[in-house]
Amino acid sequence: MKNLFLVAFLDLKESIRAKWFLVYSLVFGGLIAMFFIAGVTESQVMGFSGLSRLLLMYIQVTIVILPIFILITTVRSISGDRDNHILEYMLSFPISLKQYYWGKIAGRFITVFLPVFMAMFVAIIYGTFKGAAIPWDIFLLYTGLLFSLSSAFLGIAFFISSIVKSSEVALGIAFFVWIFLLSFIDIALISLMMQNRYDEGMIIAIAMSNPMEIFRVAAISLFDPELTVMGPVAFYILDSMKHGVFVLFSIAYPIVLGLVFATFGYIVFKKRDLV
Amino acid sequence: MIEVTNLTKKFGNTISLDSVSVSFKEGDYVALMGPNGAGKTTLIRLILGYYIPNNGEVFIDGLNPMKNRVEVLKNISFVPQLPPPIKLSLDELINYVVVSSGTPKDKIFYYAKEMELDLIPNLSKSFFKLSGGMKQKLLIAISLANSGSISIYDEPTANLDPKARENFYRLLKENEDKKISLFVTHRLDELEGIINRQIYMDLGKIVSDERI
Repeated sequence: MKNLFLVAFLDLKESIRAKWFLVYSLVFGGLIAMFFIAGVTESQVMGFSGLSRLLLMYIQVTIVILPIFILITTVRSISGDRDNHILEYMLSFPISLKQYYWGKIAGRFITVFLPVFMAMFVAIIYGTFKGAAIPWDIFLLYTGLLFSLSSAFLGIAFFISSIVKSSEVALGIAFFVWIFLLSFIDIALISLMMQNRYDEGMIIAIAMSNPMEIFRVAAISLFDPELTVMGPVAFYILDSMKHGVFVLFSIAYPIVLGLVFATFGYIVFKKRDLV
Repeated sequence: MIEVTNLTKKFGNTISLDSVSVSFKEGDYVALMGPNGAGKTTLIRLILGYYIPNNGEVFIDGLNPMKNRVEVLKNISFVPQLPPPIKLSLDELINYVVVSSGTPKDKIFYYAKEMELDLIPNLSKSFFKLSGGMKQKLLIAISLANSGSISIYDEPTANLDPKARENFYRLLKENEDKKISLFVTHRLDELEGIINRQIYMDLGKIVSDERI
């Protein structure tokens, strides 16, 4: 275990020094700051106001940008190290592949999750000082959702990083995955429904298998349990599943998905030439 | 002891190593020579357990380097041809080496000093920001500090100035004991007095294997 912690700790330190981490932290921290400056907490839209409104806006932007940030910053971790011969040297020491791979994942998870969480946490602290009511239920749900969305895309990123040999190809695949899943949040689902050729059950299954879609539905469902603002797919989902069960599913499923992808990535990493 | 039997490695349709059999015993100081693409680095990478062979086997002290990589690598130190652009600071890199392999930190500092690399003022610097020669000196110091029974050097002096090369060869001579040392090199004259065996490779095969 000491080697796993060693790899995780060093990856974390290396990432924190990297320029991408600075940009990543500034984007999420900046979003919160921008919302406060723009007076989002004082506005009222669809009955949401104060910190609830701010968190809702934060999570809506996060749905789009968090996956691509995680994918582009992580997808090159194994393939990039292979490309520039770092893997050749670092793996010449007696560290098992399991410790190296999972250590990298652990270190990178902290790096990608912490700024997103901290931005939200700082908003809560600032809101407390301003005397706003703290929506703890929303804060806890969003923490869980951000954790699980980060897990899902980190797992996918490490899987891509393991299966391709070139970091440029890994980056291309990462963009494709992001665009594909993003399109299946709304546009592609609506077009499938409009064609009237596909069974509703299949369309809902497609929506439910997309971690970005269930993140979005779960995030909104706390404000709007009927999901009237979200269109037919979200409505169907809550029609076929109790709200509490769906929220649990929306947190558990992306974590499992991330673990499955990360495990497949590990199997590929172990079974192929390392350099 | 390193035992290589009928080892073949292909990359696509290209045969990089073609049914090579060779063994290295304690006290072997071997110069692995040959033109570019002869299969020298491939052989070394198979010994280090990086590649899955298409055919044949490698055993190091009776252990397969892929299946028993941790046990095998405890006894191996390696200096690559080009220092990789590791972004860790020198302090972090040394910590990685010390914790993972048990190499004594004071010995790394000792050999770095012998290689005329002053580590103390550079500890917080990123490894990849050092000059090519400084990077190579540190990797050599780490390798010399390792008490493993096998040392592998893949053209280790490519980035070194004449004085640093001299220091490196002096330290190698001082360190001579019953080890196996493999040197991938194009400069046999520089290893004179250190090596006792010369292997010449071409087109993935061992063309000659002579004791000196």
